[in-house]
Amino acid sequence: MSSTKEEAPAVRVLGLWASPFVIRVLIALRLKGVEHEVLEEVVGKKSELLLRSNPVHKKIPVLLHHGKPISESLIIVQYIDEVWSSNAPAILPADPYVRAVERFWAQYIDDKFPRGIRILKGTVDGNKDEIVEQLSTALQLLEEAFLKLSNGKHYFGGDNIGYLDIALGSHVGWVRAVEKIAGVQLLDAAKVPHLVAWADRFCAHPAVVDVLPSADRFVEYSVKYGSFFPTRPSLPTE
Amino acid sequence: MDRQEEDEDRVKLFGFWASPYVYKVEWALRIKDIQSDYIEEDLENKSDQLLEYNPVHKKVPVLIYQGKPIAESEVILEFIDEAWKHCGDRILPEDPHERAMARFWVRFGKDTLSPPIWKWFTTQGQEQEAAYAAAVEQLQILEKELDGKRFFAGEKMGLVDLSLGPFSYIIPIYEEINGVKLITEEKLPSLLAWMGNFLNSSIVREHPPPMDKLKLRCQAIREAFLKNTS
Repeated sequence: MSSTKEEAPAVRVLGLWASPFVIRVLIALRLKGVEHEVLEEVVGKKSELLLRSNPVHKKIPVLLHHGKPISESLIIVQYIDEVWSSNAPAILPADPYVRAVERFWAQYIDDKFPRGIRILKGTVDGNKDEIVEQLSTALQLLEEAFLKLSNGKHYFGGDNIGYLDIALGSHVGWVRAVEKIAGVQLLDAAKVPHLVAWADRFCAHPAVVDVLPSADRFVEYSVKYGSFFPTRPSLPTE
Repeated sequence: MDRQEEDEDRVKLFGFWASPYVYKVEWALRIKDIQSDYIEEDLENKSDQLLEYNPVHKKVPVLIYQGKPIAESEVILEFIDEAWKHCGDRILPEDPHERAMARFWVRFGKDTLSPPIWKWFTTQGQEQEAAYAAAVEQLQILEKELDGKRFFAGEKMGLVDLSLGPFSYIIPIYEEINGVKLITEEKLPSLLAWMGNFLNSSIVREHPPPMDKLKLRCQAIREAFLKNTS
């Protein structure tokens, strides 16, 4: 820790505990053992620092490294991996082809899950049955991807969590919360048994356990801020 | 190496003549001087091979490397840079912060800039006017980022240039069809110059997009959209 109080810590994260995108950044930093400060934004009110640091999108997460801002969660995770490349474990795999496969799936996850979760939460209008089907299909594909990539090991990344584990795992909190809120089954042990087991392992991982709260906490959050966001999400998150 | 192995080792690209995403990949392969076999797909009648290689999206481009498929143009661009790290110019910068910024602007192009431009092209009346204003707003942000540089990456083309590059020929087509300029010397001088730099680069001149065919296709697309909404 810095000895002078005036000096800001070298690594700061602007975030909200309930944002899966913020959770990704925190997991990556913990995985690499990087000391950092978390500045929690206030829901519904964006801080001056956030507006200055991400003027284009005004969204969290933002990583401030020696004051320089980096935004977009998956971009930040890759940045962390590249800057602290000498800290094990590696987040992105070494092989360019496997990296491409993980990046493909990470993009797929962000195309499907955020919007789907918002619809099931009720903060965005949409056909819930259709979404449940879409997300179930997505999870089925990810189950197959898991079998191929994990190669019999515990995570998409193999022996330790990696980029794709973080990309999907960060959504597990809200996935389990909307299962309760909407009364649906997504992480169904009968349909995606390997993903269900993986999700439990992921949530218990030392780099994850303190930053990915239980489903109930996400449900509470949804109840508390549900009326704040009528049909359009105005959470300052990507 | 016997014939079959040789064939499997060839880089292949599944594409479609009108797809800007395919063009980005083709230009990236040229930057790296990579020989590849091109397979033209009929998107109305997709080949079994394409469906096998990209079952999730069933789209082009798909790059085949040592018999293994990679889909999604931005993923392919990064793959090309990493798999052929020591060939030709680097597509992404070395510095992690610069890499993060390059990736940021690629995403900006895809998520923030493309939608209003597409909307401007496929609508009319008030909806079109609102889309035009939104597009200009985003273009102004990009203008500021470019700030008179020859390319987004500096003196030579990089990831952001390749990713946004298709705008340099698509926007003029849309402008011609819509009868109004989106990028002017007066409002967006750096971007206008960049578009010229991009189109005049040797990579693009060696493999230019089929402008006449594209104009006809775009015209038909706009007419189809307007018909559906009237």
